[in-house]
Amino acid sequence: MKTINLVVNGKSYTREVEPRMLLSDCLRHALGLTGTHVGCEHGVCGACTILFDGQAVRACLMFASQAQGHVLRTVEGLASGAGQLDGLQQAFRDTHALQCGFCTPGILMTMTEFLAEHPAPTEAQVREALSGNLCRCTGYQKIVEAVMLAASRSRHAATGAA
Amino acid sequence: MVAQGIVQVSLVIANGLRAQHNTALQVRGVMTAGAHAPLRRQPRAPVRMKPAPFEYFAAESLAHALDLKARHGDEARFLAGGQSLIPAMNFRLAQPAVLIDINPLPQLDGIEAEGAGGMLIGALTRYRSLERSAQVARHQPLLAEAVPNVAHPQVRNRGTLAGNLAHADPASELPAVMLASRAILRVQSVRGERRIAAQDFFINLFTTALAADEMLTAIELPALPARSGCAFIEVSRRRGDYAMMGVAAVLVLDAAGVCVEARLACCNAGPTPMPLAAAAAALRGARVDAAAAADAAELARGEVDPPGNLHASAAFQTHLVGVLTRRALVAAAGRARANSGAAP
Repeated sequence: MKTINLVVNGKSYTREVEPRMLLSDCLRHALGLTGTHVGCEHGVCGACTILFDGQAVRACLMFASQAQGHVLRTVEGLASGAGQLDGLQQAFRDTHALQCGFCTPGILMTMTEFLAEHPAPTEAQVREALSGNLCRCTGYQKIVEAVMLAASRSRHAATGAA
Repeated sequence: MVAQGIVQVSLVIANGLRAQHNTALQVRGVMTAGAHAPLRRQPRAPVRMKPAPFEYFAAESLAHALDLKARHGDEARFLAGGQSLIPAMNFRLAQPAVLIDINPLPQLDGIEAEGAGGMLIGALTRYRSLERSAQVARHQPLLAEAVPNVAHPQVRNRGTLAGNLAHADPASELPAVMLASRAILRVQSVRGERRIAAQDFFINLFTTALAADEMLTAIELPALPARSGCAFIEVSRRRGDYAMMGVAAVLVLDAAGVCVEARLACCNAGPTPMPLAAAAAALRGARVDAAAAADAAELARGEVDPPGNLHASAAFQTHLVGVLTRRALVAAAGRARANSGAAP
C-alpha cells in the first residue's frame, strides 16, 4: 500500500492505495466520484474517460498512483456549481443527446478537450473525435448535434454575435 | 534471445482481446475454459481491483529503470503508455510481478532530427506528439499517415510508439510501417546499447528480439530518399479498430521516373509484420503505372497466407492485400512523381 495525493477538480485528496488500483476504481470507490463510469475495463468503450492534464485519457488504463502530481478533471468538475450545467452539458440537454446516460460523462470529457482544441469543428471532425466513445442508446446523432451546438454557442458568446 | 512479451497467448485470446463486441464475455469464457485462473472465484475485496498484485517502481532515471529490469528480468515489465499492457493486466493475461513506470523520465520523450530528414523518436514519445509534429509530417509522411489509424484519441494521448513496437501485436499498423521505413530500434540494458533493424526485431506474435533485461529506448527513422513517395492504407470495420489489413508502401524513383527502390509491408497477415518482397522486387526498374501496380498486387496476394480472424476471413484478408497494395502503390507513385517535380 502507498499513500498518494490526487488533485481532482481542483480539490486535493489523500488516500492509501495498492499499486494495482486502477484510476477508474480509485475515483469511484476511494474518492466517491461515481460520475466516471466503468464499461469494459480494457480501453475500448470510453465510459471511463477523464481529463488528465487537460487530455482525454481512459481511467481504466491507468493506475491511481500514476496520477499523483497531475491535474485531473472528471465530469463532476465541469459545471461551476451544484444544479448548474456547463455549455456542453446544456447543449446535451437541449438536443436530447443522452438516454440512459451511461456513456455521457466519458463523452463530455472527450468533447471538452476536443472543443478546446477545435472551436469550429466540422461534423466529420466531431464524429472522428467521438470514435473512442461507444453509445448503445442514441445512435450518436444527437450527440454530434449537441457538440456542434455547444461549439456554435461558444463562438457566438466569444464574439458577442447574436 | 529471450522473448519479451506475453507468453502462451493463443490467437483466439488475441482475437478476443481485439473483438469489439461482447469482448469481456468472450474472453472470460475462453479464460475460464483454458489455461488461466477463473475470474469468478476472486474474493470480494472492499474495493474491486482487477489486475493481479505487483510491485511498482517509479523510475528515477534510465539507469535506475535498467537496473531494476536487469534484476527482475522477465518478471518485470516497463510501463509507458499502458494502452496495451494495462488491458492485458486487467484481463490477467499479463501478470508481471514488477512494474517499472518510465513515465517520470521526460528525457525519454522527444522527436529529434538526425541529419537531414532523419529522426530519432524517444521511448516515451506518444502518438499524440507524432500526430501533431510538423517534423514528422514533413520528413516521415508514412508514419504521419499511419498514426491517426491507431485506436482512438484517448489512446493516442497516452500510448507510445515504442510501447507499441515492444508489444508487437501482429494486427498493429506500426510494426509494418517500421519495416517499410527501414527503422532501426535502439535498445539498452545495463550491458550497454545495441541497434536492431526492424526486420530483425519482430520474432513472433507479442514476441520481439528484446532480451529479458532490455528496454527499447529509441527508434531511428532514416531520412526518406529524394524522389520518394509513401502511402499507408488500411481497412477496418470502424475507425480505430485494428486493421483487417493494412499496407505500407515506399517508392523511390530515379530522374527518369523509373522505380529504383520499392518497399512494401503489411500487417495482420501473420504473427509478425510481413514484407511483400516479391511484389516489391517486381517494381524495381519499372515505371509504376496502373498496370505495374496491378501486377504487383497480384504477386502480393500470392505471397501471403493470412490466418483469418473474427473480423475478416483468410480469403478476405488475402483479397485486401491485393486491393490495398494496388491502391498504396498508385498513391505512393503519384506522390513520388510530385516529389520529383513531375506531374503526379
